[in-house]
Amino acid sequence: MYTEKVMDYFMNPRNMGEIEDASAVGLVGNAKCGDIMKMFLDIDDETGIIRNAKFKTFGCGAAVATSSISTEMIIGKTIHEALAVTNASVTEALDGLPPLKVHCSVLAEEAIRSALWDYAQKKGITIEGLEEPKTTDHHNHDV
Amino acid sequence: MIYLDNAATTQVRQEVLDAMIEYMRENYANPSSIYQNASCVKVAMDVAREKIARAINADHSNEIFFTGSGTEAINWAIKSIAYELFENRKHIITTAIEHHAVLHTCKYLETVGYDVTYLPVDEYGMVTAQQVANAIRPDTIMVAVMMANNEVGTIMPVAEIGQAIKKINETRNREDRIYFFIDAIQAVGHIPVDVNELGVDLLAISGHKIYAAKGVGALYVRRGVKLMPFIHGGGQERGRRGGTENVAGIVGMGVAIELAIKEMQAENEKQTALRDYLITQILEKIPYSKLNGHPTKRLPSNVNIIFDYIEGEGILLMLDFNGICASSGSACTSGSLDPSHVLLAMGLPHERAHGSLRLSIGKDTTKEDLDKVIDVLPKIIERLRQISPLWEEKEGAI
Repeated sequence: MYTEKVMDYFMNPRNMGEIEDASAVGLVGNAKCGDIMKMFLDIDDETGIIRNAKFKTFGCGAAVATSSISTEMIIGKTIHEALAVTNASVTEALDGLPPLKVHCSVLAEEAIRSALWDYAQKKGITIEGLEEPKTTDHHNHDV
Repeated sequence: MIYLDNAATTQVRQEVLDAMIEYMRENYANPSSIYQNASCVKVAMDVAREKIARAINADHSNEIFFTGSGTEAINWAIKSIAYELFENRKHIITTAIEHHAVLHTCKYLETVGYDVTYLPVDEYGMVTAQQVANAIRPDTIMVAVMMANNEVGTIMPVAEIGQAIKKINETRNREDRIYFFIDAIQAVGHIPVDVNELGVDLLAISGHKIYAAKGVGALYVRRGVKLMPFIHGGGQERGRRGGTENVAGIVGMGVAIELAIKEMQAENEKQTALRDYLITQILEKIPYSKLNGHPTKRLPSNVNIIFDYIEGEGILLMLDFNGICASSGSACTSGSLDPSHVLLAMGLPHERAHGSLRLSIGKDTTKEDLDKVIDVLPKIIERLRQISPLWEEKEGAI
């Protein structure tokens, strides 16, 4: 059902955990739908580079794997580079997801954006190309 | 491999396989042919039919019709009664925790003009005979209730429901009678099933839940109940289900059911002890866990437990990594957005229903198998909770 890469990131999740005094925290999904992702970012205010990213996820194997790999995809990147991470690039990085699990990669993209929005709010800045995330009561499972 | 998904399917047992091979290799004739080779095949099917009738205490073997699956038997039973009476009556009563084979058949019938009542269940997944009686209307055609639930193992009071229907039928004309259908797929061969004691008109059985092959089931139809032809074709199954019979599957099912009945008491005692050992150990070793279904009125094989703050698919993947096969009622494993309709109907909120695990014991399960589960499961749950954002925030989050 899952690619080897998905299984690897599920069984050995990279960057699992929390960041104390994180620059930003993103939270998407809800327990009712069966997946919640929480993403913690440590961002260098001077350079705008994401020094560290960690995650915690309630959800299936794909939800854990997409959260984990998306943290890897943004560490060391600028905020703008992080915004370029999409559900498609997350899916591709995992060598694909079963059709029913594609929404997990959307959630990963949303988690990054939610965390960056939190950062922008805290710093009182505007990040080009980033809009306020929609409420996540009914995130999209039909992608 | 430790196989704890016997409610999904079972391994074909050796005696069944041996019997089946004979009817694929030596006696492969079409039972409808007239030469001698064929008539012995026909006899073998009759013997299997007789064994199935005896296993459920049916009065006549011609009350048994073979099908291609339990789902087919369910479809046949419900649609046959519904179509037969469409002119006059359109109300069907069932429960919220039936298998999808029943629920989706009823949903379909709703689209063509029938009215269906889905009785709610209590926290154990149980309905009462009184609930059924209260739901009956003048235009009620049929009551369809499962004998034992496939997910949580709860055993329904079907005999009492049969009594309640009988009482109401005594006040009605024969042409207005209410038919009683039981989905006994998880029950037959596992717990005693007596069609006369149950007062049931139609009852569905599946082969692969009792160590026979996949692709064979049976429908019991009480003599006098009209059964419509379901598959039009040749004259097989007395003209009601065309198509050359799955002879090997049918013969195997006969052998399987006979053995299951013979071994039932001993198996029940053994499996109940294993079940209760597993439940007690899991609940003791893992905090925030809860048994689903009735503690005692449950199948000897069924263990179903909720683990809060985590999602079921992760448990299955990690159990699989440890060589343990199980199933879950989470949305991810049901292939839909919602977790198990059974757990939701029992009043569990969505977020908890996502974290269920079903372990179903079989005749070959050993205590050593369960000890392995008891060893690895707490570590798996602990690990998934470490990943879950809900675990740390558990006081406020859910």
